[in-house]
Amino acid sequence: MNAASFTPIAPREAPVRTEGAGPWLKRNLFGNVPSTVATLILIGLAVWWLPQLASWGLVKAVFAPSSEECQAARGIGACWGVVTEKYRLIMFGRYPFEEQWRPLFATLAMVTVLVASCVRVFWKPWLGLLWAAMLALFFGLMFGGFAGMAYVPTDRWGGLPLTVLLATLSIVLAFPLAVVVALGRRSNMPAIKTICVLYVELIRGVPLISVLFMASFMFPLFMPPGTSIDVLLRVLVGITLFSGAYMAEIVRGGLQAIPKGQQEAADTLGLSYWQAQRKVILPQALAMVVPGIMNNFIAIFKDTSLVTIVSLYELTGSMGLALDSDTDWRPFKIEGYFFIAAIYFLFCF
Amino acid sequence: MTAPAAPPRTPPAQRDWSWRSRHVRGLLYQLIALVIIGLAIWFLAHNTLTNMRVRGIQSGFDFLSSPAGFDIGERLVPYESNDPYWMAFLIGILNTLRVAIVGIVLTTILGTLLGIGRFSHNALVRGLCYAYVELFRNIPVLLQLLMWYLFLIQALPMAGEPKSIFGLFYLGAGGLAYPVPVWGLGQALAAGGALVGVGLAFLWARKARLHFEQTGQVRPVLLPSLGLVIGCALAGWLAGGAPTAWNVPKPGGFSMEGGSSLTPEFIAVLLGLTLYTASYVAEVVRAGIASVPRGQGEAASALGLSKGQQMRLVSLPQALRVIIPPMTNQFLNLTKNSSLAVAIGYPDVISISNTAINQTGRAVECISIIMLVYLTTSLGTSALMNWYNKRAAIKER
Repeated sequence: MNAASFTPIAPREAPVRTEGAGPWLKRNLFGNVPSTVATLILIGLAVWWLPQLASWGLVKAVFAPSSEECQAARGIGACWGVVTEKYRLIMFGRYPFEEQWRPLFATLAMVTVLVASCVRVFWKPWLGLLWAAMLALFFGLMFGGFAGMAYVPTDRWGGLPLTVLLATLSIVLAFPLAVVVALGRRSNMPAIKTICVLYVELIRGVPLISVLFMASFMFPLFMPPGTSIDVLLRVLVGITLFSGAYMAEIVRGGLQAIPKGQQEAADTLGLSYWQAQRKVILPQALAMVVPGIMNNFIAIFKDTSLVTIVSLYELTGSMGLALDSDTDWRPFKIEGYFFIAAIYFLFCF
Repeated sequence: MTAPAAPPRTPPAQRDWSWRSRHVRGLLYQLIALVIIGLAIWFLAHNTLTNMRVRGIQSGFDFLSSPAGFDIGERLVPYESNDPYWMAFLIGILNTLRVAIVGIVLTTILGTLLGIGRFSHNALVRGLCYAYVELFRNIPVLLQLLMWYLFLIQALPMAGEPKSIFGLFYLGAGGLAYPVPVWGLGQALAAGGALVGVGLAFLWARKARLHFEQTGQVRPVLLPSLGLVIGCALAGWLAGGAPTAWNVPKPGGFSMEGGSSLTPEFIAVLLGLTLYTASYVAEVVRAGIASVPRGQGEAASALGLSKGQQMRLVSLPQALRVIIPPMTNQFLNLTKNSSLAVAIGYPDVISISNTAINQTGRAVECISIIMLVYLTTSLGTSALMNWYNKRAAIKER
């Protein structure tokens, strides 16, 4: 037995650590030369900008609702006092001041039901009833005129309730329209198909604002002489027609994604056209387009800001209304804009 | 030795005119739909005509040739306040197109950079691009326009004391003034030369492609093309006597004299639209890049293509297929959103129509003009992009 001396081979080096903060930093911030340069530049900018921003927005900012202090701090600090002073006017527009708990509760109710509708657990038949009840509550609270609540006409509605109302109601009303138009666009009857294609392409080809202009200038001409429709209703019809066209395209996308075999199978079973659509095609298609419809809702929520151009005072409009009429506060409009931008951001995000 | 296939039996033409026939019912439904739509249109038109008669509103497009009577601050063609309405509309349309075209170019650049930034190896760059997209996407574009406008108005120096940048550019209450070359023979020849250069470059590119298809040898295209365009333009400029006169703006009593300028309204609209749409374009570009499987890049590098060739020949053509259709949508959105310029007083076609409606009361005609303009632009843009899309799409046989 040759007792060769046993020499253990050198242990292998430990693998390079890839977890933890150090390697992460090395990989993600200082991976190579350009990356390092970018990191340094960005950190430099942050060091330079953030303190200035903090000093403007927080340290030197004026929170108290006094316009003298704000004037003094002008240029060096933000004036959030404008928000503390005017937030009721911004949120609720020209709604009577003492009655503003009503739009508050109405908005809360609508937002609650809206959020509940996004949760799949609540997709039950009674959801429709809930919606009906909520809408009744909303309009009851907003209009008033019973149970000791003073009547408030629609031209005094404003601010956030109006924004939420326009966005929600136009989507809810546009939905059935969109389904019908989407089905019509896929129909093999030439006349019906043409009508649907014309409607969708016409509306999608023009900006929302021209539809709103039409609603405010031309709808009064369309109606029989002597009748006058509320501005809110006209604008609502305009937005509904507009979002209906976009939603029809979303629904059509869902319909197209259904394999042809589904329709053929339904035909084989002897289902009529409407039975096949209702029981086979639409349930699958609509489940598929829910994300698209949510996107559309967000887009419409942002687009409601346009009604301020046809003089309905929703969030953006009531903001202008709140500050334009008041010379003390007008210079601080930009802080107000930041405030409502934050509200929009919160809703959309 | 197959037997000649029996001719397929055609089903007997079914033309039984009974209720049970799907054909007849279809016709009936269509007829009903048409009648309903026709009645609705008749009802609306009848009401409109009655209303107009009752209120004494005149109709017709004859007002277009009567003097407009209002001034427009911002114009690309000469205009006086007593010029006819159609001139005013023309200026509005040109203004809309100007902001839309410049906006589309800037948006594409910024959005592409942001979209690529989302794939950066650097976490800070990634985070910054993400924050940008989420921030700008979730605030209404109208609000952004108003904010930019307000910000510009407050940030720009007062009238009468403009701030000079190298003595050539001036920032003042009237916006940004910049020097323009004095238009003359030399410039015209240079522009013509550039056009000729573009034509020559196109021919060169075609020849290079043919050469490549026949022999497989790659000829440079980009640099010779650039050289052709610049060389021809330069030749034209020299032939015109090499003029160097510039019309430099000078601060006058109340406003800038000479040069040309961008108004605060234009800058605000452009900034707002570009920054807002860029956040959407960034997402489109990101989706496009993410849609190209990793294996494609790896396969390309296995073939020995350089990083640039990989991008240009393998990844980009595939990403473009996914990118182009939603990108078209974003361009159309930008064009349509440019109508919001009315809110800050930029004289686009909507703003001109609004003034015209208030002055003449011809709402129907003015709104028809607006719709026609936007429909034409939208359909034109989408036709152009569809043509480009067809070129980029997979060639299926």
